[in-house]
Amino acid sequence: MSVDLGLSPDQESIAELFDGFFNNEAPPAVARAAEPLGFDRDLWNKVIELGAPGMGSAPENGGGGASLGDLVVVAETVGRSIAPVPLVDHLAALSLLTDGDLVAGEAIAAVAVRPADANGVWSLVPAGAVADVVIGIDGHETVVVRSTPPMSGPRNHGSMPLADRSAREGTRTVLGPASLFDTVLDRWKLLTAAALVGIADAAKELGVNYVKEREQFGVPVGSFQAVQHGLADLPVAIDGGRLLTHKAAWALDNVTDGLIDWANNDITDGPALATMSLLFAADAAVMATDRSLHYHGGYGFAEEYDIQMYYRRARGWSLILDDPTTVSLSLADRLFGSVEG
Amino acid sequence: MDFSLSPEVVEFRDEIRRIVREFVTPEIADRMHTTGVFDAPELNLELGRRGILERACPGLGKGDPIEMYVMFNELEKAGAPYDGLAVALMIAAVVNKLGTDEQKERIIPSIISGEALVCMGYSEADFGSDVASIKTRAVKDGDEWVINGSKMWTTLAQVAEWLILLTRTDLDLPKHKGLTMFILPMNTPGITVEPVHTLGTEITNATWYDDVRVGDEAVLGGENNGWRTMTTVLAFERGVMGGTNAGVPLLRHFHEWAVANGVFNEPTTRERMARSVIDMQVATLLTMRSAWIASSGGMPGLEGSMTKVFAVEAYQRASRWTQATAGPAGLLQFHEEGAAGEGFVEYDARHSPVMSIYGGTTEINRNNIAERHLGLPKSR
Repeated sequence: MSVDLGLSPDQESIAELFDGFFNNEAPPAVARAAEPLGFDRDLWNKVIELGAPGMGSAPENGGGGASLGDLVVVAETVGRSIAPVPLVDHLAALSLLTDGDLVAGEAIAAVAVRPADANGVWSLVPAGAVADVVIGIDGHETVVVRSTPPMSGPRNHGSMPLADRSAREGTRTVLGPASLFDTVLDRWKLLTAAALVGIADAAKELGVNYVKEREQFGVPVGSFQAVQHGLADLPVAIDGGRLLTHKAAWALDNVTDGLIDWANNDITDGPALATMSLLFAADAAVMATDRSLHYHGGYGFAEEYDIQMYYRRARGWSLILDDPTTVSLSLADRLFGSVEG
Repeated sequence: MDFSLSPEVVEFRDEIRRIVREFVTPEIADRMHTTGVFDAPELNLELGRRGILERACPGLGKGDPIEMYVMFNELEKAGAPYDGLAVALMIAAVVNKLGTDEQKERIIPSIISGEALVCMGYSEADFGSDVASIKTRAVKDGDEWVINGSKMWTTLAQVAEWLILLTRTDLDLPKHKGLTMFILPMNTPGITVEPVHTLGTEITNATWYDDVRVGDEAVLGGENNGWRTMTTVLAFERGVMGGTNAGVPLLRHFHEWAVANGVFNEPTTRERMARSVIDMQVATLLTMRSAWIASSGGMPGLEGSMTKVFAVEAYQRASRWTQATAGPAGLLQFHEEGAAGEGFVEYDARHSPVMSIYGGTTEINRNNIAERHLGLPKSR
């Protein structure tokens, strides 16, 4: 037990493996071709071969037993590549699900991030268009529903496979009280945050590479200080977001009854840190894609350039849970106590 | 990654917290703001007496190198005056790294006992960010050096025992190469100190040097090697010696006021507060990263630039919204009836602007990141 803010050798290998895999199998053209649904079955099959869908599941259930810190590394590579596979949602859903076909990845699981409405409908479930199994809250209970995925959904900003799903039709299992779902949602927030850090990182790379090559007035536009300073903020936000997601993972994995001593900036409460990392990483991804797109000039606005795909997903992935003010207020309740209390 | 402090470091931190509770009284904070001297000799002496300064000083410390970060973070979060200690420990670390054995024996004990402070003479009236162009001259005269010129922002010169002074020693070499750093006692004849009052209460100084005579024993880090000596000092400063969590006491002061005045149930206040708590946490993680790099034997210069850019703007954001949310009460100063956060909300709005200037401006830091991290061409 002592401060160590580097990736472990295992995590370095995981990052290298997944970055290499997505570079080879899912260059941006793959994400582009998968629009508007945002899902590529062939790519998912390759993800299965890699053993990724069950890597966070317990070994006794056939999983890889990876820590949340390891999954954060994987989720970041998903964001970097914007690969059209619902790996983040699936890994989050599997914190409570142990079915063999899910651990193997033959069936896909999704997280209904907002509770079902009075009619038992989970609206706009991320990965809901392609998931065979959805876990979420219906009334006072955490339920799992297995039903046929629609394989289509509303066209949306982030080209995400969203769909409304029923919490009542299909094979329905009650897992327990609604509070049981907290652990799934914490994990979903954390892994989505890590994916957003990946988006920010890729957007930074695209922007930096572009301004090094693009010349105006006879020099690279990246030699202008106004451009440099806009880009210089990005690695700061990315590194900050990465450290925060890893701290949240560390806390969720290792700390029970963590501290929420905000007045001394001493916070080791995993759920609070997971929400904090989502809010921070969302801002980082939005800023990085904003600036990178802008420094592409007119070409950033052109569909044939990749930055616009990152720009849309930065917003899509960060707004699908809820508007950031609502998320911030739920964090405030956890940090400061609720208004009623 | 592992974010837990080792049991030894936790013990060290708890000892500092005990000392802070005993020594960082409202009277000390009051004295800072009435005298303009951001230093508490009784706190320094206690930290020295208990061996904490020696333990925290990079290169000297017998404990985990992360303890320096822990010490300054605790002092900063508590709102303790630590500016004097930060400079002193930075200089002790540099003397230890670059000084002669004689200098180490003569200078370091006075600092780590908490008795002596050090002031820094780098900037001049005409040279701030472009510090490599400074004009203060040191000329060899037999066995002695004769120093003439003037410095600006020589904070704590009125109370410091030592002065670290950047001079030009060779006019023929390129501007970064002809510099030499000296470390000399402040009571050396020929030094004059004039106060400069600032927006943030702290009194800094302009200092003049008229035929100040010192021997070779005052040269720190070698003749014409002053740039390297200075960048070594800055690498210690940027990031881990405070200056990255100044918003934490502000949020505490603001929260007390907001709860007492029924403002804290407002959703906008709660959202802003939650956002600032996230900012403070990220700032401390970036700081911790620099400390961790240093503890692994690296020099976190670039990471320090990154930390400072983020942490300072986070503090300035917090200062802006807390003052705005407090409205008229955010305008009232210390000891005025009804002042938000007992006057700290108003004070921080005056103090926060300096943070993006001293120790390397935000623009210089962004240049650094653009060139050294992103690999963009030099822009000037």
